[in-house]
Amino acid sequence: MKKLLLICFVILSLAVTVVAWDVRPASGDDPVVEKRLMDLSKELRCLVCQNETLADSQAGLAEDLRREIREQIKAGKSDQEIISFLTQRYGQFILYRPRVTPTTYLLWFGPFVLLIGGLVVLFRYIRYNRDSVKEEPLNSEDRRRAAELLASDSRKETA
Amino acid sequence: MGRYLIPLVLFMVLAGFLFVGLNRDPHEVPSPLINKAAPAFTLPQLKDPTKTFSAQEMRGKVWILNVWASWCVTCRDEHPLLLEYAKTRAVPIYGLNYKDQRPDALAWLGELGDPYVLSAADVDGRVAIDYGVYGAPETYVIDQSGTIRFKQIGPVTPDVWSKQVLPLVQDLNRKGNQ
Repeated sequence: MKKLLLICFVILSLAVTVVAWDVRPASGDDPVVEKRLMDLSKELRCLVCQNETLADSQAGLAEDLRREIREQIKAGKSDQEIISFLTQRYGQFILYRPRVTPTTYLLWFGPFVLLIGGLVVLFRYIRYNRDSVKEEPLNSEDRRRAAELLASDSRKETA
Repeated sequence: MGRYLIPLVLFMVLAGFLFVGLNRDPHEVPSPLINKAAPAFTLPQLKDPTKTFSAQEMRGKVWILNVWASWCVTCRDEHPLLLEYAKTRAVPIYGLNYKDQRPDALAWLGELGDPYVLSAADVDGRVAIDYGVYGAPETYVIDQSGTIRFKQIGPVTPDVWSKQVLPLVQDLNRKGNQ
């Protein structure tokens, strides 16, 4: 029984190593290049399936762009040069983190404006409610008027 | 009445934004290449790979570059319209055969007809990357100086052709002849 378990375990672990070998990048000859490619393509959008990064996408164009980036890395281009190569062709849209420019102000600062606006509304609402339930004790003038009204009322009734 | 005014206005603004968003295609990414020089390339011709075609040869002419492939479903929809446009001879249409197998591409043209003056074969898609292609069909109008004046992502519909492409081509030709 123990032997059988051991054999099963060996077979299973072999299967795992085979799978592990399979997921290695096909042309991953240089781990430094592949690391930079991964880091860069996580910042880039796949234009075919727009909610995927270039790193995750299996689309044909994404593969081509990864190949292009890999070649440029090997040719000694800096990350900045590669990103400007891509934005010149595909525009800002390819960047998952758009640059802060006048056209993206709303995108970058809109949520904070909304947050501050919401807080202002919230505080004003709280203060308004607190003010509206504030108890105002009667002062001597109010008491005198109340007494007067009550007195005139009782006089009417007795009359 | 006054207390409902602010929420109503906020709702209207939000509804307005969402309504505009309904009619916009998120796949249409504005191209940064408009009014920039069309990237230079030299590629083998599809029908006769011993000959080449380069964008630089087209200097002095207004022309259209249409990116197509036999595997591209929408290109098939666009194709009959391109044949029609080509017949009018309003503007020469050149093809960029994008990431295609040569036999497939030739069979496609044989079956459906060939609207192109010629097609250049971009087998590995490198020229397409230079042109910022991310989905075929895409169509570029390039002027006499080799500047991209217009880009259509997706098929050129009759509406786009008659309202945008043709007037632009006529305008460019008029300016070029002056």
